[in-house]
Amino acid sequence: MDALGLAGPLRAALGTHKILTDHQELRTYECDGLAHYKVTPALVVLAESTEDVAATVRACAEHGIPFVARGSGTGLSGGALPRADGVLIVMSRMRRILEIDAANQRAVVEPGVINLQLTREAQPTGYYYAPDPSSQQVCSIGGNVAENSGGAHCLKYGFTANHVTGVEFVTPAGEVVHIGGKAPDAPGYDLLGAVVGSEGTLGIATQATVRLTRSPEEVKTLLAAFPDTDQAGAAVSAIIGAGVIPAAIEMMDALAIEAAEAAVQCGYPAGAGAVLIVELDGPAAEVAHQFDEVEGYCRANGAFEIRIAADDAERALFWKGRKSAFAAVGRISPDYIVQDGVIPRTSLPEVLRRISEISRDAGVRVANVFHAGDGNLHPLVLFDDANEGEAERAEEVSGAILDLCIQHGGSITGEHGVGSDKAKYMPRMFSDEDLDTMQLVRCAFDPASISNPGKVFPTPRLCGEVPGRHKGPHPLVAAGKAELF
Amino acid sequence: MAAILDALKAATDGHVADATAEDHVAGVPAQWVASPGSTAETSALLTAAAAHGLTVVARGAGTKLAWGAAPESVDLVVDTTRMSHVVEHAAGDLVVVAGAGRSLDDLERDLASADQRLGIDPPRRGTLGGAVATGATGPGRLFHGAVRDLLIGVRFVRADGVAAHAGGKVVKNVAGYDLGKLLTGSFGTLGVITEVAFRLHPNPAAQRWVTGPASEPSRIQQLASALAHSQLALSAVELDRSADDSSVAVLVEGTGPGVEHRAAEATRLMGEGSHETDTPPDWWGTEPASPSGVLVKVTHEIARLGTLLEALDAAAATTGLRVALRGSPAVGTALVGLAGLDGDDLAAAVHGFVAHLRAGAAAFGGSVVVLEAPPEVRDGLDVWGPVEALDLMRAVKDRFDPERRLAPGRFVGGI
Ligand SMILES: Cc1cc2nc3c(=O)[nH]c(=O)nc-3n(C[C@H](O)[C@H](O)[C@H](O)COP(=O)(O)OP(=O)(O)OC[C@H]3O[C@@H](n4cnc5c(N)ncnc54)[C@H](O)[C@@H]3O)c2cc1C
Repeated sequence: MDALGLAGPLRAALGTHKILTDHQELRTYECDGLAHYKVTPALVVLAESTEDVAATVRACAEHGIPFVARGSGTGLSGGALPRADGVLIVMSRMRRILEIDAANQRAVVEPGVINLQLTREAQPTGYYYAPDPSSQQVCSIGGNVAENSGGAHCLKYGFTANHVTGVEFVTPAGEVVHIGGKAPDAPGYDLLGAVVGSEGTLGIATQATVRLTRSPEEVKTLLAAFPDTDQAGAAVSAIIGAGVIPAAIEMMDALAIEAAEAAVQCGYPAGAGAVLIVELDGPAAEVAHQFDEVEGYCRANGAFEIRIAADDAERALFWKGRKSAFAAVGRISPDYIVQDGVIPRTSLPEVLRRISEISRDAGVRVANVFHAGDGNLHPLVLFDDANEGEAERAEEVSGAILDLCIQHGGSITGEHGVGSDKAKYMPRMFSDEDLDTMQLVRCAFDPASISNPGKVFPTPRLCGEVPGRHKGPHPLVAAGKAELF
Repeated sequence: MAAILDALKAATDGHVADATAEDHVAGVPAQWVASPGSTAETSALLTAAAAHGLTVVARGAGTKLAWGAAPESVDLVVDTTRMSHVVEHAAGDLVVVAGAGRSLDDLERDLASADQRLGIDPPRRGTLGGAVATGATGPGRLFHGAVRDLLIGVRFVRADGVAAHAGGKVVKNVAGYDLGKLLTGSFGTLGVITEVAFRLHPNPAAQRWVTGPASEPSRIQQLASALAHSQLALSAVELDRSADDSSVAVLVEGTGPGVEHRAAEATRLMGEGSHETDTPPDWWGTEPASPSGVLVKVTHEIARLGTLLEALDAAAATTGLRVALRGSPAVGTALVGLAGLDGDDLAAAVHGFVAHLRAGAAAFGGSVVVLEAPPEVRDGLDVWGPVEALDLMRAVKDRFDPERRLAPGRFVGGI
């Protein structure tokens, strides 16, 4: 049976309204946030319950049909890119917050819950959900779990992986399992550590238990304008070197500032070659003291204007420019590639200089927005697809920047995930043995390789047969399209 | 036998010895001890071990070697202590990369020169690899997170001798599966860890402890909840409780003026009898006394600490054992030591004690694991207790070590 063939049985089992086969409707789901990859799925299931997901996955497993989970579709690595021969399981109708358990500092949510919604719901109890991707107004907790998403405040508070303590999970065989919970250290392997960040390749999360963080007593934010990124980078090093751990340190260069001004009129200081947003939070007695230090380091490293947010409204304005930066470059360029490389923070000045050289040599503009505190760069490589060859050149620049990150001992992705987009770069970071070893985990969870296949790993590999059930070469191996693993 | 020994020696430049009584693993005798000096040597060693079908147990300083169930057999002990070099301490990046055999104490000294620290402070110090393999933590976990949260890269050798790495040396990195987390707490059943990379933290300018009395479960719960809910950003909240004495202590860290202010606030919150000190109380960061040699790890939901303490008291009362506890109530973990009985009486009482606690575990939302116990107590005792998603764990083990040669039987469900 093919994927479309599942429509009948799934309609009968789940209800007609949850199954989409109409071509126009299917096309709504043809891409995620990385819109230049497009595939129309054979079938879409709008899951409303764990049982809906499990029944769909069981049907897929029975017939060897691939499935892909989708949250809000804001992913930037093509992780939720559908399969033409597969089922897309959309989680966004599962959006109930099941429990805000402030006493235990935990919340239990369905995967379709929007990140910011959880914080809004928790706030009256004095708690919030710390991981805050810039897309937090729209992205789902399930997508965050799958991508191990970060955000500006992860410098101090850690990533999604540090905040998920349990999941209800549908395995690629369609079984519902529970991993972890509200208490720490459930005995056994840390399967949660494997599942979070696995980009939907190990199964589908149908519930998540997450940590809630106590709201800080005080939050103080400053915006500092520097003549160039070198000086802003030096200020960052001075702050971290002094032992201050700010909640966030974000940097934007001149081109990124120009775009943000055009899009949201954030009113950043004129003539800045770079701006830093530094936020401190915690007990008032600590924040007051450290804030003065931070201001001092900014001035000592050439900041020519420093603004301190007087209230939440002004703070929001500082952040508005930063958080809208990706979309904003749309104002200054018809097309762009968002990169997500990571470098050791101390290499920042050198890497930024190299990026500007690469950009100049190739004649491709690059705007830089990044989480400076942890060395996670988001170079925005600008191009116009209407001009012959520009897309290819942008792609080359983009690849060269990732090589630069790897040369400096960094990573090809800090938070957006590998997905479809960066799978080809994985061998630059990992040896065959490394990738084979990761594949062992995949084979343990998904021996038939039907859960979001083709993502994360560069070459499709097949899991070894269970001894005694050998059936001759797999068709993909015979066709030379996969290596037997 | 001679051929096997030769192969092991060839792999490790001669660093192989016959095992002695000292090299027993939880009472199980070993045949050889090999000490590879690098990942490459470990890879050659495990390749040789695989060729000869040897069972293998990895060992650091040996401080937690008896934790878990006893392995079914140990042909070869892989001693990691020759892999004790610091590969890189990137102070400006707050990252360290070191051999798995480096001791926590040595690393602490290395980092002190840069006024930095690794936030892993288990009562039993041992090596970095051992801390990762057992996931052992101490008071600092509230602020720093667990071992899994600090580990950013890992290099290890699989049962078949293949060396692999995952993660890297940057704090932020989502490329590929996070095998470091999978290896954390895997008790040597998935691979031999040879090198680890950690995120570091700057040493705080000032530290202060506040200690106060609290003995009734309800009072301890109330206090622990108030501290957890406070906006004081405490670095640690610890509980020390035994039959005759009980106190709660917190660690305040930060800038000088900030700490002074917050410590005063904590003292107020903790109420009558609490006092500030510049050094920790003497029980801080240590294991509870356990004359019986039994060490139990209990976890709980933080708001159900009181229920756990009541369950412990009840289990003690029904079995005649005396309980000593050191816990991190704002994290939800505790270590329990037992006293009061010996011989056959002890074994029966511990079995009863564990059964009693597990029967009530749903009420405190956690688990009960017997980390360590004398062989006669461990006999017939399910040290790990019930485990969720065991089939998936078995599937992982089957893929990494299909011949079950790495610490067979030591882990959950007989893995
Ligand atoms: C403007 C903008 C800003 C962004 N800023 C940030 C940022 O600051 N930090 C950051 O980390 N990311 C950022 N992102 C990327 C993106 O928002 C995150 O990756 C987010 O977590 C994706 O969530 P989603 O619900 O949209 O998931 P989707 O895009 O729908 O899916 C992402 C991946 O998760 C899988 N998946 C989804 N739900 C489940 C589930 N329930 N179980 C298993 N797998 C599942 C999918 O198969 C796919 O592989 C940004 C994106 C945009 C467009």
